[in-house]
Amino acid sequence: MIEVNDIHKSFGDAKILKGISTTFEKGKTNLVIGQSGSGKTVFLKTLLGLYTPDQGSIIYDGTDYSDLSTDEKSNLRSKMGMVFQGSALFDSMSIAENVKFPLRMFTKQSKSEMNDRVDLVLKRVNLGDAHNKLPSEASGGMQKRVAIARAIVNQPKYLFCDEPNSGLDPKTATVIDNLIQEITHEYDITTIINTHDMNSVMEIGQKIIFLKDGFKEWEGSNKNIFKTDNEAVTDFVYSSDLFKRVQKMYLEEDQ
Amino acid sequence: MSYLHNIGQYFLMIKEMFRKPTKWSVMRHLIFKDIDDLIINSIGIVAFIAFFVGGVVTIQTALNISNPLIPKSLVGFATRQSVILEFAPTFISVIMAGKVGSFITSSIGTMRVTEQIDALEVMGINAINYLVFPKFIALMLYPFLISIAMFLGILGGMAACVFGGFASLDDYIAGVQMDFIPFHIVYAFIKTFVFAFLLATIPSYYGYYMKGGALEVGKASTTSFVWTSVAIILLNYILTQMLLS
Ligand SMILES: Nc1ncnc2c1ncn2[C@@H]1O[C@H](COP(=O)(O)OP(=O)(O)OP(=O)(O)O)[C@@H](O)[C@H]1O
Ligand SMILES: [Mg+2]
Repeated sequence: MIEVNDIHKSFGDAKILKGISTTFEKGKTNLVIGQSGSGKTVFLKTLLGLYTPDQGSIIYDGTDYSDLSTDEKSNLRSKMGMVFQGSALFDSMSIAENVKFPLRMFTKQSKSEMNDRVDLVLKRVNLGDAHNKLPSEASGGMQKRVAIARAIVNQPKYLFCDEPNSGLDPKTATVIDNLIQEITHEYDITTIINTHDMNSVMEIGQKIIFLKDGFKEWEGSNKNIFKTDNEAVTDFVYSSDLFKRVQKMYLEEDQ
Repeated sequence: MSYLHNIGQYFLMIKEMFRKPTKWSVMRHLIFKDIDDLIINSIGIVAFIAFFVGGVVTIQTALNISNPLIPKSLVGFATRQSVILEFAPTFISVIMAGKVGSFITSSIGTMRVTEQIDALEVMGINAINYLVFPKFIALMLYPFLISIAMFLGILGGMAACVFGGFASLDDYIAGVQMDFIPFHIVYAFIKTFVFAFLLATIPSYYGYYMKGGALEVGKASTTSFVWTSVAIILLNYILTQMLLS
């Protein structure tokens, strides 16, 4: 579980996060949604400790991050998995080496144990035969999936995904969403996903917070996001033509 | 103010480099890779430059000695002194600040802009140790490169001397052996080690702390070259004053 209490973050004069509080529970897929530029990435990176909040606290299963020593922080971080918006694969390593990296760093497994685990995880993201490619030789969608494989290979306690399925075709996007949800339930981890994909919202939005201009505008789940009368949220939810048409259809049926 | 800030941050980076070492089984591979990238891949260019500049030093010296009373062997002596004392350790290091330095800055800088450094940090890895320490160890082999430069510089001088007909082979060799002071070699290698340290750390600093995108990676490489050369030239002056006078 991760508790966030009133965090603020500015870059120079620009206030990006303006006091966000919420709780992300274990074993649930928590979504952070909002328009491009609303501060989702900054929020996630602040949770991870890549940015230090100017104010407020972040509590990981009862431990306040800012109370930890540098070594304790490193230790906590080795239990986190992160999928960056731009994948951030190590471009000097092959795909298999990228995925193996956390195992080499943090476990005492033998070579064959590591290779088995890498095979398994790569198969789960539908990349069973891309082991020896370099990241530069993989498509954007493949890179995303490698990044997911790298984030989950060492069974993290906390999983952060910054738009894990942007740039993927709808089918693969669904596979990825389901994979993240399965893993979250299976290992009972705390998962936080940034997205502006409405499919993901509907499919895995067990808990959703909506960011707008650095504030938490709304909080709920996929059960009630379509019923809310918060204008900013409905604006966002019905911004796609498809959803507008669906909404219109429902309204006409009602009449 | 910003200079002081940079210098302070640079020393903090060096301290951080020795904290929380990366697992040896991983570090070993990084070191071998950096030895290959930084040392082995530089042998060709260093050998080429050393040989031909050694030749030019000899020709220039020979052309400037017109007095028949000065022995011919002086050509060999002058070449040896300039190659060992300054040309190989200092001049080659400034060139390496361009070659190795911009390689280090751009490779670390690219990792910064593509969030690969963030990815390391998120995993709880000491990214400075992971990235900079192997380069520091690899460059401890830098004196090997400089020895090659010294040898080839003197050899190039010999070739130029004999082919240009400035002095006989025996004269040149007698000159190379004349009044040899072993401490000069010590002095040259002390400098080499200091420069190796600068070559590993200053470009890493500019890569690691850069901000922005691909364009800034290019700018950071240029800045890194400028400041690495400035540091080499300044320390060269200070060390020469301290060790030789
Ligand atoms: N390192 C930084 N320095 C200065 N400003 C930044 C930095 N990172 C982000 N910002 C600013 O913070 C704001 C929010 O950016 P952020 O990347 O969090 O948006 P986002 O919600 O993730 O958008 P997207 O959906 O497009 O990824 C933007 O206005 C951006 O310019
Ligand atoms: Mg973002």
